[in-house]
Amino acid sequence: MAWVWFHRFGSPPYFYRVAGRLTPWFAWPALVLCLAGLVWGLGFTPPEWHQGDGFRILYIHVPAAWLSVQVYVVMALAAAVGLIWRMKVAHAVAASCATLGASFTVITLGTGMLWGKPMWGTFWAWDPRLTSELLLLFLYLGYIGLRSGFDDTARADRASAVLAIVGVVDVPIVNYSVVWWNSLHQGPSIIRAGGPAIAVPMLIPLLLMIVGFYCYFAAVLLVRVRGEILRRERNAQWIAEELAAPGAGVGSGGGSGAIAGTFQGASVPNSPAGHARI
Amino acid sequence: MSELVAENLHLWRGEQHVLRGICFALARGQCLQITGSNGSGKTTLLRALCGLVPLEEGQVHWQGQLVTRAPHGFHTDLGYLGHDNGLKPDLTAVENLRFATQLRRRVARGEILTALERTGVADCQATLLRRLSAGQRRRVALARIVLTEAPLWVLDEPAANLDPRGQSLVTDLLASHLARGGMAIVATHQALGLPAPQLVAMALQ
Amino acid sequence: MNARQEQVNAPAVERQPANDGLARAVVGLARRDLRVALRRSGDTLQPLGFFLIVTTLFPLALQPEVSLLRDIAPAALWVGALLASLLALDLLFREDAQDGTLEQLALCGQPLASLVLAKTAVHWLLTGLPLVVVAPLAAMALGVPAAALPAVLAALVLGSVTLSLIGAVGAGLTMGMRRNGSLLAMLVLPLVVPVLIFGARATAFAIGGEAVAAPLYLLGAMAVLAVTLAPFAVAAAVRIGLE
Repeated sequence: MAWVWFHRFGSPPYFYRVAGRLTPWFAWPALVLCLAGLVWGLGFTPPEWHQGDGFRILYIHVPAAWLSVQVYVVMALAAAVGLIWRMKVAHAVAASCATLGASFTVITLGTGMLWGKPMWGTFWAWDPRLTSELLLLFLYLGYIGLRSGFDDTARADRASAVLAIVGVVDVPIVNYSVVWWNSLHQGPSIIRAGGPAIAVPMLIPLLLMIVGFYCYFAAVLLVRVRGEILRRERNAQWIAEELAAPGAGVGSGGGSGAIAGTFQGASVPNSPAGHARI
Repeated sequence: MSELVAENLHLWRGEQHVLRGICFALARGQCLQITGSNGSGKTTLLRALCGLVPLEEGQVHWQGQLVTRAPHGFHTDLGYLGHDNGLKPDLTAVENLRFATQLRRRVARGEILTALERTGVADCQATLLRRLSAGQRRRVALARIVLTEAPLWVLDEPAANLDPRGQSLVTDLLASHLARGGMAIVATHQALGLPAPQLVAMALQ
Repeated sequence: MNARQEQVNAPAVERQPANDGLARAVVGLARRDLRVALRRSGDTLQPLGFFLIVTTLFPLALQPEVSLLRDIAPAALWVGALLASLLALDLLFREDAQDGTLEQLALCGQPLASLVLAKTAVHWLLTGLPLVVVAPLAAMALGVPAAALPAVLAALVLGSVTLSLIGAVGAGLTMGMRRNGSLLAMLVLPLVVPVLIFGARATAFAIGGEAVAAPLYLLGAMAVLAVTLAPFAVAAAVRIGLE
């Protein structure tokens, strides 16, 4: 039963439609949760003993840090699925995750540096967590760079899938080595693994923000994957039909008629008319 | 009794739909000649048949088995000659052939010399490939194919850089290969001069 | 028709058993690569020269004070080794891809993972091992005490093995691209940071006379992991590069 669903999701038209319907279910909770978390966290929790109000940046920093790593894992999993089962949708998911994950990593680094300044007096102190994040950013940039080096999308998909899989095996080793490296010097550390160090009144808005960030990631990923599918399948018959149907997808019905016309007009000389790439 | 069957092969290179539903069946003793203008996908088809380029759709069967499911067996029976000769310029002809054949089977020096004689470059045996002309290198590459003793030959413009005597050499080699029960797929514009039942033609647009 | 069927039934060639064939193919490939490399010795010596130059740059950029140099010796040695290995990786697949021999490796019917492992092993013998042999010169120049050398060299041996293997994955993926060394560096360097960390720490411990077992074991573990897993990734990368 699970296999049937698995392969159904692998079909671009099916995924496109389902993703379109699911997006609001993630987007609205994301907005609500993040707003609630931010307002609660920034406005209504008491200032921390040592850091005063500066700690509040953790409401953005921690979710972004969690997500930056999770997105890499999702990217590697999707790439592996795409490579093994030759599923185009999986490759589209991996491609969409890359810049998203890189953005989360940049946010983590930025907020980490902003937090570091009042705490340590310097923007960058080679804290193990931030150093790992920096290396993760390089991994993302390498992935994106490799993709852009190939003209053929299918080859880019396969090559970057190999890189992502090697990366995901290596990331725990990299993290361990950075922690080991840092432990030799007893350097400063932003936050102990999130548990007993945080008091309950601070924990709830943090959880709201984390769930909100996940919903945001899901919503944006679905939108981006739809965009990737549109780009990759733009010559396929089902796209023209999909956009010509009234009230199709997320876009307005009036605009989709014009878009369908554009797609039908711009045909690639070598592909016979009406050939569907599924 | 077709040993090599290709069904409905489709392949895209980026935006271009290069292979559009290619189908053929080839039996022992037959040679498939593929013709077409530049850029029509001859090289891509040959490489896809060998498994170097993945196919979007379609299947290739060798001796009844899907090639993707049993690639080692298929590759053992396959000898491929592409645009490049598949030889190292810094080794001599004999060294090249010895190393190339050793990847597949044990080979004696005598066999290598015989093969070089067959293709007309016996006097180049101890010369570095770098110092040979393009035609001579191609002949060494043809000797490599002969030495593989593989039943299926896939040749991409085998007579490239060869003079008219070289071109008739290619025809000779193919004829004797087919007579021994081998089969071949050749992309070339040259007239192969093989009798009709042995020669199957395919033109790519 | 009957005559031809009889010809078909007669086997064209007697198949050797599979294991025998693989060993012979691997040994043959290794010998071929060694012979080619020895005839083009200029190529294989360049990364060595690069290593020596880079490690010379560090003292030139600082003061030639021995205690200071000793402090930065681990960094200079390992960064130099890393960059020299990256440079050498270009030699691994590019030539073979251009003259068509890499395709033939993928089509010879032997497992590609074993063949690329053999190629990478020869590549390490020609670029990684010479680095280790030359390293004492650079180390002495940076003020590393002679007593520390065995540990430093052991770390370099283990680290360079991992570098060659992970670098081979990057080399396979970027095989067909324009000669752009910086993409290969961007891909490989983040993945080999653990080698740098453990290796440099081992060197620092050795210089300070402390126990080097821990980082050496970690380097060894990484090398073992690389030797067992990387060949499959390299084979996949090479196939994609050949498309």
